[in-house]
Amino acid sequence: MAAVDTDTPRDAATAQESIFRRNLHSFAANRLALGSAIVVLLFILMAVFAPLVAPHDPAETDLFRRLQPPAWMPGGEWSYLLGCDALGRDILSRIIYGARISIFIGAAVVLVATTIGIIAGLAAGYLRGWVDTVISRVVDILLGFPYLIFAIGLMAMMGPGLINIILALVYKEWVIPCRVVRGETLATRELEYVEAARALGAPGRHIMLREILPNILSPVIVVSTIRMAHVIILEASLSFLGLGVQPPTASWGAMVADGRAFILQAWWVSTFPGVAILLLVLAINVASQGLRDAFDPRFHE
Amino acid sequence: MSLARLIERLLQLVPVLLGVSVIVFVMITLTPGDPVEIMIGDQVVTPELEAAMRHDLGLDRPVHERFFVFLGNAVQGDFGESFYHRRPVIDVIAERLPATIELSLVALLIALATAIPLGVLAAIKRNSVLDRLATVGSLLGVSLPGFWFGILLLMLFAVHLQLLPVSGRIGFSSEIEPITHFLLIDTLLRGRPDAFLDALSHIVLPAITLGLPMTAILMRVTRTSMLEVMRQDYVTFAEAKGLARHRVLFRHALKNALIPTVSVAAIETGSLLGGNMIVETVFGWPGLGRLVVESIFVRNYPLVQAAVLFYAVTYVMLNFVADILYTVLNPRVKL
Repeated sequence: MAAVDTDTPRDAATAQESIFRRNLHSFAANRLALGSAIVVLLFILMAVFAPLVAPHDPAETDLFRRLQPPAWMPGGEWSYLLGCDALGRDILSRIIYGARISIFIGAAVVLVATTIGIIAGLAAGYLRGWVDTVISRVVDILLGFPYLIFAIGLMAMMGPGLINIILALVYKEWVIPCRVVRGETLATRELEYVEAARALGAPGRHIMLREILPNILSPVIVVSTIRMAHVIILEASLSFLGLGVQPPTASWGAMVADGRAFILQAWWVSTFPGVAILLLVLAINVASQGLRDAFDPRFHE
Repeated sequence: MSLARLIERLLQLVPVLLGVSVIVFVMITLTPGDPVEIMIGDQVVTPELEAAMRHDLGLDRPVHERFFVFLGNAVQGDFGESFYHRRPVIDVIAERLPATIELSLVALLIALATAIPLGVLAAIKRNSVLDRLATVGSLLGVSLPGFWFGILLLMLFAVHLQLLPVSGRIGFSSEIEPITHFLLIDTLLRGRPDAFLDALSHIVLPAITLGLPMTAILMRVTRTSMLEVMRQDYVTFAEAKGLARHRVLFRHALKNALIPTVSVAAIETGSLLGGNMIVETVFGWPGLGRLVVESIFVRNYPLVQAAVLFYAVTYVMLNFVADILYTVLNPRVKL
């Protein structure tokens, strides 16, 4: 902390950075949040390097290993640590590859939705008038649908597939960052420095992107990370219902669904992919709470 | 709140509901697969007959006309025929609805009954072990994927311990002549306590699964607002007056602390609608959610669309009720 405070903020940019660094320090001081962020990072690394990490080919079937139990149970093998599914595929390898789907879809949806939400929210909050009316109406209408039902309806319409899942979720997801950005923009646009920029004759686009956006980015990033956990559960739910990525691609939700038929004789098929979802979502939730506490000034004690 | 305000708020719903129906209509129109071809299936028909079917369904008219026909029919509850059941969609939905409503209400009840006492206790005994457990529990509650939690409950209570049934709404031998179509009520009305217990044993696991995220959220809200209220002057004053602490907490603080809980509960009731699809699928619950999921796979689109519209309208109305409830409970808020 002390090292940061000794920085003399010469201009706005360094002042901004030192606040950022101070926030980063207070995030790092939160052990639980930091640990969770590391867990999330490990999941990401696991997904990226899946071919190197996975002990087996996730699609390789072996009927002699049909429903083979985990290693520590009788009949298990250490090279198939978490056992095998009904087609004799290695569950651990499928979980490792499944992380790619969950993380890719989660990140893609949140990234695209946040970008759209920022543009729409800035336009609505700064320009006001009919732009605000139109955007706010669309937001109200989209909020009229329960999320999962909206996504299910779209998936029924568009058919399964990776891009379609991302689209189906983005169509509604952008509303959430949009509302945050709109609210923050409304509050910021009346501040003196924005008025000063206006008085100097800066064009609207410059004010929105260079003056307002950098100052409202913190809450937007915090909301986005929290949303990522929701999106991962939604994707898993769609996959569970059979509306997600199609087999043989491994996805956690579909793996849990596959195991449903075998809960009498092979509990491990459904259980382990679910543990993976829980761990990742929990880690994201805890880490993003830490982020919120550190980066959102309203939570500073 | 004045009547004029209420009417104004109701009128504000009109554009939202209209927009919602436009979106549902666009979903219908863009859905791949021609309804006439789906209805014909493998049968051989003449082009004339096909054209006649198309005319009957109004598919030969321009899009905007079709939208108003759709809207007019929807208002009258006419959503066409379910391809699969060969019966009006609205009848099929009405048949499945009581099971879904019953499940949602029990889930709501379980959530309220656990979340409020736990939230209040966590606030009163702040930073105690119980408070920490409640915090961890509520974090777990929002992080658990519902479908997986349901399967875990099934494996533990139905398969391993064999205490509860695996699926369905009631056992074969307990089936009774329906009155209200809510089995927990009907079994009692018919004087069949054994059947009531049977229905209860069927609903417990799905209702817990459905209510879990809501419990987590409500617990957090109750705890926060209780802490907030306990800091207020009038609570301090009541304590200073020498009133017993539990009396202050339960007569003064709790009543006000529950205002946010009730409003959030009303909003979250809407989110139960989405959870229903998952939970009904896991537990083979014969409700609307499972029907919708099944309908997607047999390409029974009229039903899917009617259900999506129905869910959306219900959701909008529930949020409206939540708004009104919040204002009525909290007179300081002006709409």
